[in-house]
Amino acid sequence: MGRMISILVVALAVVFGVNWFLDSFIDTYVVRVVNLCGISIILAVSLNVINGLCGQFSLGHAGFMAIGAYVSAYFTTTLRYFDEAQAKYVSVEPLLGGQWGFVPALIAGGLAAAVAGAVVGIPTLRLKGDYLAIATLGFGEIVTIMITNFEKIGGANGLPGLPAYSSTFWIYAFVVVVVMFSWYLQRSTFGRALIAIRENELAAEVMGIPASRMKVMAFIYGAFFAGIAGGLLGHLLQTISPATFNFMKSIEVVVMLVLGGLGSMTGAIVGAIVLTALPEALRDVESGIGLPGVRMVVYSLVLILLMIFRPQGVFGQKELSLKLLGRLIPGRRAKDSGGEE
Amino acid sequence: MLPLLETEATHVSAQLILQQVANGIAKGSVYALIAVGYTMVYGVLQLINFAHGEVYMLGAYFSYYPAKWFGYVPESGEKPKVPLYIIGALFVGSMAACAAIGMLIERLAYRPLRNSSRLAALITAIGVSLFLQNAGQMVFGADPKGFPVFMDQHSVSLGPIELANTKLVIIVVAAVMMTGLHLFVQKTKPGAAMRACSFDMRTARLMGVNVDRTVAMTFALGSAMAAVGGVLVAMDQPRLTPLMGLLMGLKAFIAAVLGGIGSIPGAALGGLLLGVAESVVGTWSTTYAEAVAFIVLILVLLVKPSGLLGKSGREKV
Repeated sequence: MGRMISILVVALAVVFGVNWFLDSFIDTYVVRVVNLCGISIILAVSLNVINGLCGQFSLGHAGFMAIGAYVSAYFTTTLRYFDEAQAKYVSVEPLLGGQWGFVPALIAGGLAAAVAGAVVGIPTLRLKGDYLAIATLGFGEIVTIMITNFEKIGGANGLPGLPAYSSTFWIYAFVVVVVMFSWYLQRSTFGRALIAIRENELAAEVMGIPASRMKVMAFIYGAFFAGIAGGLLGHLLQTISPATFNFMKSIEVVVMLVLGGLGSMTGAIVGAIVLTALPEALRDVESGIGLPGVRMVVYSLVLILLMIFRPQGVFGQKELSLKLLGRLIPGRRAKDSGGEE
Repeated sequence: MLPLLETEATHVSAQLILQQVANGIAKGSVYALIAVGYTMVYGVLQLINFAHGEVYMLGAYFSYYPAKWFGYVPESGEKPKVPLYIIGALFVGSMAACAAIGMLIERLAYRPLRNSSRLAALITAIGVSLFLQNAGQMVFGADPKGFPVFMDQHSVSLGPIELANTKLVIIVVAAVMMTGLHLFVQKTKPGAAMRACSFDMRTARLMGVNVDRTVAMTFALGSAMAAVGGVLVAMDQPRLTPLMGLLMGLKAFIAAVLGGIGSIPGAALGGLLLGVAESVVGTWSTTYAEAVAFIVLILVLLVKPSGLLGKSGREKV
């Protein structure tokens, strides 16, 4: 625990330094891509707990993001809407205005998404495989349709005017938190239990693992960080609409995971960075060869070919830095080699 | 709960509801046509063919280009007169093209994965769906296309309700196609092979059924039915986009789940029920109508995962 806190402090200091460096010397477009990469990392790492470790294939991550984004925006943003009773436009001041309200607002968004995670997790536990996928997809669609019908938060037109609070520092602070939490989770009893459920649910139950409760916990954990990521994305884009969080957004996160290797956290991080930065890089190539849209075609082809030729993803279920780490720190080798399969 | 029960409005509302039910049947007929593709493929391979909605989209485009080629774009005020055989040829051409596409998808993307995990197959299906959407946007262009008007559109009154003649055509064509398919699967030898594969693929192979050919045929048949749906919708609501298959495909899949996956009459029933439910809810709120399908899906999966006409007993969920 003490080591965890010291790593956290050091990492946050590094993030603070990097934030200062990026803001001072680097082009704003590049900073934006770096920020989007950070949000993707949070999404992919949190989904990895549900889809990768626990083996419950969820396609509803965008729904949790939407809840997080709208709830956090509710606390930070002045809402303006047409009030029918008073027959005029009214504006509602936010509860947690100002820079210091941002993190509490994000956490409120995360908690709301976590509640939704429990609400989705409990009834859909009975479902497996593709049925679970399609039910969670349905949940995501229901969330966006509900938002579309909710005029006070902008309805289909979206909610503009979110304050630009998502700095590189805050985004990467949460990246550090989610990566550390998930890293320890993976090695905890809870993480082992999730892996056991993935490998064979019946056997896990026989070993005394309460599979249903564990699965709901995985959903709650993943949904919480998806909600945080949604809030961060909202305060980065400054305008959110139901279309931002459609079914394609969920698929994008799944593809990041699958590229890196379902069940590998470092794989999820690499997948998130590659699939966020690569389309930006391809944007120039695309306009260069005069074929707009070609990057999405390439993207989907890569997905198909990956599944046919390397269905376990680039890293499989292994973690990227483990061997490297073991070689660099000789004292830890024995511990690590026992820890991973 | 519903504002229907006010005394004065009752008659009007009841008639309105009837009208919506009729529209819902037309909508549901299209769902049913697409849902059979899902249900047959799922029955045989236990795979949600996510790309099926895109095959429906291609069906619409495959009839759009020849229709434009034939040049039947009527002047304003002129009544369109297109010989029936041309319309028939459009249907047949689109069905054949989609059947070929369906078999191609199966051969290239799904067959190499037949023995790997179902998750890998599901992700591949999502990949194929994304590919067709984006390739469609490149090839056809992302802008909506208007289908040439083929039929003189007017409404037909049936008792208290009025129905557009194009919607009537949808219902009739869909009913004929579905009946034909049902007879094919139940009464012919290739149909028996399909049923055998869906019952137990390994035993079917041992009994001398050519499994690969049967699976290919399943894809061809399902895709041809989706093509019919595509052409029908294109003629009724002439607005084609490369993304039109996404939501349609999802809803048709839900219809298949509602009716009981693996059952062709179930797909028909599920499609009709879903179409009617959406239309009726749409009387009050069109945006909530979009949510109906997903709420139905979650309810069915929780209450009766085998669907209305599905066989329970085999573990499918």
